[in-house]
Amino acid sequence: MQQINDFAGRLGGVYLLPVVVAALAFVMIGAPSSWVTLTVAGLAMGMMIFLMASGLSLVFGLMDVLNFGHSAFVSFGAFIAASVLAWLSGWLEADAVSLNIAALFLAFGAAILFGLVAGWFFETVIVKPVYKDHLRQILITMGALIVAEQMILAIWGGTPVSVPRPEFLEGSLLIGDITIEIYRIFAFLLGLGVYAALYLTLNRTRIGLLIRAGVENREMVEALGFRVDRLFVAVFMLGSALAALGGAMWAGYETLITPALGAEMMIVVFIVVIIGGLGSIQGTLLGAIMVGLMANYIGYLAPKLALASNMILMVAILLWRPNGLKPAAK
Amino acid sequence: MSLLSLNSMKTNIGQYAVLHDVTLEVPEGGVFVLLGRNGAGKTTTLRSIMGLWQPSPGSVLFNGQDITAMHTADIARLDIAFVPENMGVFGGLTVEENLILATAKGRFDPTRLKRIYELFPALETFWTKQAWALSGGQKQMLAVARAIIEPRALILIDEPTKGLAPAIVDAMADAFREIAQNTTILLVEQNFEFAKSLGRDMAVIDDGRIAHSGTMADFAADTALQDRLLSLSA
Repeated sequence: MQQINDFAGRLGGVYLLPVVVAALAFVMIGAPSSWVTLTVAGLAMGMMIFLMASGLSLVFGLMDVLNFGHSAFVSFGAFIAASVLAWLSGWLEADAVSLNIAALFLAFGAAILFGLVAGWFFETVIVKPVYKDHLRQILITMGALIVAEQMILAIWGGTPVSVPRPEFLEGSLLIGDITIEIYRIFAFLLGLGVYAALYLTLNRTRIGLLIRAGVENREMVEALGFRVDRLFVAVFMLGSALAALGGAMWAGYETLITPALGAEMMIVVFIVVIIGGLGSIQGTLLGAIMVGLMANYIGYLAPKLALASNMILMVAILLWRPNGLKPAAK
Repeated sequence: MSLLSLNSMKTNIGQYAVLHDVTLEVPEGGVFVLLGRNGAGKTTTLRSIMGLWQPSPGSVLFNGQDITAMHTADIARLDIAFVPENMGVFGGLTVEENLILATAKGRFDPTRLKRIYELFPALETFWTKQAWALSGGQKQMLAVARAIIEPRALILIDEPTKGLAPAIVDAMADAFREIAQNTTILLVEQNFEFAKSLGRDMAVIDDGRIAHSGTMADFAADTALQDRLLSLSA
């Protein structure tokens, strides 16, 4: 068994898992074109979930705060982006790709800006008074999620809102008999870009070093002369902005969103954070990709099991690795 | 004037009163040793000085400045370093990253780094290794190195010899002697032989109160007092 572990470790360890799952799915699906389509869909879905979950993982790891209201930023990000895109519908339908891109990035920018400001407010007003008290954290942040949902209902109404997509992201690429939606490729590449930026920030900058150290031992970071509480506000704002961006991306992916979006995504986001390992960006990415791939493969192979796929994945991974796939060192 | 003064310090942890009345003067320079049995309040004293637990009532004066209610980070910025009992190294960070985090401006002073390499050659060898992979002794070296990577006025060190091999303890003693030439060390220790070899002044804490203070030479000569204050049977 040790030899198998060592061999797997040399090949990439837990990072090999999505490859193994994809290879198994290839055998079970049989049709290569379907497999490619499902794999790209799974990777794109995984990247969007990664955007939503990465901030929560850092907040959880750094400050031990259980923020069940995190997905409110996802919802608001989705609805704000949808409104901006609807407002700029003329730009979206224009032939000029530059106008398409400008509309898209304005929508994302609005969602990110909301995430930053709302994240600061949420941390200062709602989370700060309940540090070190998990029960109250759960109660107050769940309450905040309910209030956020009601605010969305009041602002956007209860009927599903359709989300227009920029012209250049519509349609699919056809390679032989393989069909890949352009939006999925875009979602994957954007998620990859955000991951690379986060990875470089955490591993190549002093603030990243502080965050990684703070996740491990907050007290010691303070004893070295750094105010972790101030760092936490910054991380919370960043996490909220990423969640809002993830929500905006998700809105474009689904093209129809409802006020229940946040509550629906909350479970997925927590599953990703738990199976990835708390406080670890690499773990969150791994968890998100696993969830994305499994949801698509199981949805195709055994549709009746699709709803339970995330739970099955979480149970299997926690039985194997109780601290998640790649937890931050503690 | 003392470098550090603890005045009638009382600290509660939750509902338990751990320090009842700690009054202590730590002079500038050399190694000041705080001795005591398990559970006497040594670690709580250091943590109260660092602001990790809040003493109330009582006060902590550093260079005459009242630091009792200050945030831990602000206390650390007064050039006070803390090496906790569990060493507090960041396992997921490399040796280099652990040390650079303790620098004031995010870069090393080459002279100080050279001095650290001389004191603890193992750290240079394992410079790019993650700290979790180090042995217990190497982790302790890293923890102490982190405390001296910048000039400090006071270093609080909590039981640095705990669980270390005798050869490493000897190396640590040599390092502390050299470090104490330029700074003040407040050393909490249970290993009396180690403490005796380093300390100039000392105090014994017992049941949350300072039970004795004086010079190490006098205390080392008084075996009856040692038995009364430090032995397990007392």
